[in-house]
Amino acid sequence: MEVLLEILKGLHPEVDFETCDTLIDDKILDSFDIISIITEINTEYDVAVPAEEIIPENFNSAEALYDLVERLQDED
Amino acid sequence: MLFTSYSFILFLTVMFLLYYAVPKKCQWMLLLAGSYCFYAYSGIHFLAFILLTTVSTWYSARRITRIQEQQAAYLKEHKASMDKEQKKRYKASMKKKTKRWMLTCILLNIGLLAVLKYTDFVISNINGIFHTGLTFMNFALPLGISFYTFQSMGYLLDVYRAKYPAQENAAKFALFVSFFPQVIQGPISRYNDLSGTLYEPHSLEWRNISYGIQRICWGFFKKLVIADRLLVAVKSLVSAPDEYMGVYVVLVIFFYAIELYADFTGGIDITIGIAQVFGVKLAENFERPFFSKNITEYWRRWHITMGTWFKDYIFYPISVCPWMLRLSKKSREVFGKAIGKRVPVYLATAIVWFTTGLWHGASWNFIVWGMLNFLVIVISQELEPLYAKFHNRFHVSGKTWYNAFQILRTFWLMGAIRILDVYRDVPLSFRQVGSIFTTANWNELFNGGVMRLGLTMPDYLVLVLGALVMLAVSLAGRSGSVRDKLAAKPVPVRYLVYYALILSILVLGAYGIGYDSSQFIYNQF
Amino acid sequence: MKKKRVIALLLLICLLIGSLWFLQRLFMPKYVDEIFEGRLIEEYYENAGGNDVMFIGDCEVYENFSPITLWEEYGITSYIRGSSQQLIWQSYYLMEETLQYETPDVMVFNVLSMKFDEPQNEAYNRMTLDNMKWSMSKWNSIKASMTEAENALSYLFPFLRYHSRWSDISTEDFTYLFRQEKVFHQGYLMRVDVRPVTTYPAATPLPDYQFGETAYEYLDKMVALCKEKGIPLVLIKAPSIYPYWYDEWEEQIEAYAKEHDLLYINFLELIDEVGIDFNTDTYDNGLHLNLSGAEKLSRYLGGILRETYGLTDHRSEPETAAKWQEKVNFYYEMKADQYRELEEYGYLKSYGGRKPEE
Repeated sequence: MEVLLEILKGLHPEVDFETCDTLIDDKILDSFDIISIITEINTEYDVAVPAEEIIPENFNSAEALYDLVERLQDED
Repeated sequence: MLFTSYSFILFLTVMFLLYYAVPKKCQWMLLLAGSYCFYAYSGIHFLAFILLTTVSTWYSARRITRIQEQQAAYLKEHKASMDKEQKKRYKASMKKKTKRWMLTCILLNIGLLAVLKYTDFVISNINGIFHTGLTFMNFALPLGISFYTFQSMGYLLDVYRAKYPAQENAAKFALFVSFFPQVIQGPISRYNDLSGTLYEPHSLEWRNISYGIQRICWGFFKKLVIADRLLVAVKSLVSAPDEYMGVYVVLVIFFYAIELYADFTGGIDITIGIAQVFGVKLAENFERPFFSKNITEYWRRWHITMGTWFKDYIFYPISVCPWMLRLSKKSREVFGKAIGKRVPVYLATAIVWFTTGLWHGASWNFIVWGMLNFLVIVISQELEPLYAKFHNRFHVSGKTWYNAFQILRTFWLMGAIRILDVYRDVPLSFRQVGSIFTTANWNELFNGGVMRLGLTMPDYLVLVLGALVMLAVSLAGRSGSVRDKLAAKPVPVRYLVYYALILSILVLGAYGIGYDSSQFIYNQF
Repeated sequence: MKKKRVIALLLLICLLIGSLWFLQRLFMPKYVDEIFEGRLIEEYYENAGGNDVMFIGDCEVYENFSPITLWEEYGITSYIRGSSQQLIWQSYYLMEETLQYETPDVMVFNVLSMKFDEPQNEAYNRMTLDNMKWSMSKWNSIKASMTEAENALSYLFPFLRYHSRWSDISTEDFTYLFRQEKVFHQGYLMRVDVRPVTTYPAATPLPDYQFGETAYEYLDKMVALCKEKGIPLVLIKAPSIYPYWYDEWEEQIEAYAKEHDLLYINFLELIDEVGIDFNTDTYDNGLHLNLSGAEKLSRYLGGILRETYGLTDHRSEPETAAKWQEKVNFYYEMKADQYRELEEYGYLKSYGGRKPEE
């Protein structure tokens, strides 16, 4: 989780990723951010996020994102 | 059938009356029949193409769902007896099958679109580069092929991704592909959004009819009173680019922006309005785009369904696909983190804008238009840290005048890029825009130059008033539905508005032979 | 609630229909200040009935014959159903329509329109068709006349054609919204001014001199219609210098007239006999005759018609004479007024004349 938060803070240091759960709905993360996050996740966690998982439910909060990462790691 | 034609109005009237006369569970069948009649009107032989796309997509999607169901059943049954590795291998082999169906169908349909639409473009380029004399094929394009193909492929990809199961009923699917209000110019609908509202029975609800018709009339107003009128001036300006440089190019940008907006949003209003009368809800395609403060916001508000389609089916898949991730890793190793992390995003964006340009038309001006958009997006992305510093220092963000500055900047920038649409020739477009800064002829605005473009003083008056009305409606729409607000007004006020709207379309609309009023001046025989 | 809605809706529809009907009348051109020819068709209906001779055709009839002269010299009652660039099928349908209102003793048709085999000009179509009263004849005429750009709906609802005049509305559109003013003399458009013939046109060779199939089709129909009603049809060619009347065309008409046993008079060959002087008898360099010329031509034709068809001299009938006396008065009033204008302005200011410096 720490690594993930670091990735997120690296893109938008001003955002409180611990608590915020409307990252997509409030347009805090845009499509560029999402791609950057996915490539970083690929580097750090060695999982590939497929395009169909790029939905608001998975990216609205750091927690949801981490759940996604764990799920993908599981399937690996 | 053009929306703004007598035959279409007759067709609509008949469809509306029949729709609420037939038994409710047959309503979608009536829409299907009507959509095919509408489509056949554009040329019976074109039916073959939309049928091919419909049948191939329907069939492929069904097979994919079948395999996915098979997979789910098998895994459930053998949950205990399979280890992780076996499950993985099984899933991979199933995926391979579904992928094959998906790719074949896409190849067929996109291939068909590509051949029909782009063959002559390829030929002209080959002729240009290799000095060959290949003859053009002059394929006639089936109505709405770019729209219905993309809409169908979106559905196919969604099914492939197991977002929802395929539609079993071929006729119902055929309606999704050919639904007549949207087949000409969108919006590009998502199956999971449209299917519910499209197939379910609809009872006669006054609000749908009234709101739908209001929206249709509003669309007609924008198209006939504003867009078609302004088109006369735009055509004059563009047909003699050597004569009309400098400030005239500014006029082209301005007029074309308003004309395209009125025409496109007007057409969409008619589309969504028609659907609403049927009780079907279509997605919005525009959201006050000229109030955008930057290009990214603009593309979230202009031709929305196209933007989201390209985002979901091209941008994301490309930017997270394995070879892209590998490329990104490689470039990170070779060029460092800063460049490495930009590679997937910018490369995917470039591909998106290249294809977006290409989708709009088979000629270089569209491709250049797409790439210019890409360029501006990249530049504004790279300039962000600079902007951030600026805003930290100067605290102007949010201030009214700064918002106004941003809005105007975006309007003129997008407008300048957009004229590639209207001059159609890349070097010419650049030259014309350049002439704004090199040709000092601002006095032309005041010496009657604008009166020689085919529009009279009364025409300009109508345009100004019409634009103001559009602006007022836009502004009013920010805080809620305009039709709701209208419905809250007392009956005489409301009906007066309807009366004025309909009458102004009929009297002021730029339709009919008389439109060029000068033609009515006879010469003595 | 629902009832209120229905009533409001009905009111809206009625208001819209009423406004559109009013606006249609407002926007339709009145042809009062200029292009009077647009009123020609309209004026027939109040003068229908009791006309022994009917002239049908284009400007070569309504500019070259004076029914008042026919009356004064021979007591012949007549009417000219002409209009600008009237095409042969339009003439046929006008003929058909006229027979719903009266049965003349003789029909006279000017054959110039044989040269047009296809729809020509939307503006001229409008002048001939818009003010015909609704009938099957009008509908058939519309269908035969429409150019490619035209739409039958815009004839049913001229509003759709003329709405673009919203920015050109003048006081005359309001003044003549419901009112009409008499302008013609049993379909004759009077011009007293003189503009002599200066040059005679040369014949530019044509690729094909044969009159078209459609033209012959409608000529046949006219012949058949007149035969059915027992009305003799007289073909004429008015003595206009322009457009050029080719010998090859002349041959065809002569042959046709012979074949169908019709009287055909080519006035171009009778200029001296009629006594036409192109220095004094035309107001537009020979395209059309002026009053002086028209009276001469009418005198001549009247004599032939009376002799050949034994037309009644109605001057002894008190009712008819009284009715025609009014027409005669109006005729001489206008004549005097036109001469007055010529003296005052040097040209026919309110009768469509052009300023001399042009």
